[in-house]
Amino acid sequence: MTTATRQRSEAILLPLLGVVVVLAAFEIAPRIGVLPRQSFPPVSEIFGSLADLIAAGELWTPIVQTLDGWLRAMLIASVIAIPVGMLMGASRVGALTLRLPVEFLRPIPSVALIPVLILLYGPQGSALKIALGAFGATFPLLFQASYGIADIDPVARDTARAFGLKFRQRLRHLVLPTMLPYLATGFRLSAAVALILVITGEYIVGVPGLGREVLTSQSAGAYSQMYGLIIAAGLLGLAVNIGLQAAERRVLRWHPSQRARLEGRTP
Amino acid sequence: MTMSRIGSGARRAQGTAMGGLTRSRVGRIVLQLLLPTALVLAWWWTSRGSTSYFWPPLTDVIGSIRSDWLFDQFMTDLVPSLVRFTLGYFLAVGVGIAAGTLIGLLPRLRRATSPVTEFVRAIPPPLLLPFVIVTLGIGDFSKVVVIALGAVWPVLLNTVDGVRSVDRLTVDMARSFGLGPLRRIVHVILPGASPQITVGMRIGLAVALILMIISEMVGSTNGLGFRVLDAQRSFDSAGTYGGVIVIGIVGLIVNAGFLVAEARIMRWYRGSRGLLDG
Repeated sequence: MTTATRQRSEAILLPLLGVVVVLAAFEIAPRIGVLPRQSFPPVSEIFGSLADLIAAGELWTPIVQTLDGWLRAMLIASVIAIPVGMLMGASRVGALTLRLPVEFLRPIPSVALIPVLILLYGPQGSALKIALGAFGATFPLLFQASYGIADIDPVARDTARAFGLKFRQRLRHLVLPTMLPYLATGFRLSAAVALILVITGEYIVGVPGLGREVLTSQSAGAYSQMYGLIIAAGLLGLAVNIGLQAAERRVLRWHPSQRARLEGRTP
Repeated sequence: MTMSRIGSGARRAQGTAMGGLTRSRVGRIVLQLLLPTALVLAWWWTSRGSTSYFWPPLTDVIGSIRSDWLFDQFMTDLVPSLVRFTLGYFLAVGVGIAAGTLIGLLPRLRRATSPVTEFVRAIPPPLLLPFVIVTLGIGDFSKVVVIALGAVWPVLLNTVDGVRSVDRLTVDMARSFGLGPLRRIVHVILPGASPQITVGMRIGLAVALILMIISEMVGSTNGLGFRVLDAQRSFDSAGTYGGVIVIGIVGLIVNAGFLVAEARIMRWYRGSRGLLDG
């Protein structure tokens, strides 16, 4: 075997081996009593109950509920974060005025807001998880928007002004192309945070969605189902991330970082 | 020449009113304090005399912070929270750096573990809580484990990346000078990876804080998270707002402490990159 083919087969075989070893370990350990079988069922049972949930069609409703909350949270976060971030990045006055409130709000662990949100929205409606997700998702996007607009090439800006470009033209040809890569990164970071917080709200408070399903199966002692749902949540997180990466590649097809990737160079 | 004068003239004309404010030291301070002061005043003004359960007067909120946290619940709730947080976080940092270094140094191990680490990282950290509660119960130990289990991934994955990106030439140089593997790791590889490791530690810090609060909201009898949720459940709305503010302040202090420590420990790095003193 040549070095190249060996490397290629290693690139496929090793990850596979890793997955198989971990799965086998968690299959065998509960069966031989290394892990308590009562609270830690073998993986085959976990995947079995996940398959049961899918077959019974009981997985889709909570996933749709979770994604619905996530989408609304992202929408609210964008409406707040992008204008505020642009203001902070584009103007010194804006940056100075907004700095302290933003720096004070950012390190607050977002889950600390849960009790206040229960107070304001009640424990049942999806407003709670949407507000929680929106709060957490605002900050990554806000900072990316401010970096993005601050990155506008001053020469290009002056040129646009000298040529008398209208506001809409400036937005289309100057602001948007500079900001988009930053916003794409911001969306990806915010999306992960929002999804985590939406599911957290569901799990802690019992708002309908994937998180509440975990909570109910935990209280019912249906542990293999509980683990199955946790795995489903992880897969959902992966899917959202992969989906956004693909969207980023499409939208930024023209951008040097993506062109370099397409041509096989590292940017 | 003419072009640039037109440009700068336009900009100067545009920014005169506010330009003066941002240039003077006092003006900058005034600008920075403007919005926070306005917000606090607005809160105080709109909530003054309010009898609404959802919108308690700001003075009541401040009163509840003073009566609850100075220092009634300081030893019984704040200190246990911080102890569990510290133990869990440093456990995560230790394990994350050790395992991350090992994985980063062994490319085959990295290939074999990457699908598993990528997947575990994708699981929302708060969902580690049901897993740990079911296996370890709800004691102090299980809370420390939850915090560590959530915070370890950003540290580990960033350490892997940091170790991989250490300059090969430096490592080979150290080897040819006869440094053994352990000394190479301590003196060459870890310092080289440390900028990336600190990035991971900072992300881990935020995750650890979140898990500290969450783990106290489910099946607990003390701690910051327990107190705020308890205040909400006993219809003490001023106490709820007060508790959230206290958690916010704790978050601020922990983050500021991290930044100070990072600045001290990483001083050599910024010096080597010419980033000190402006």
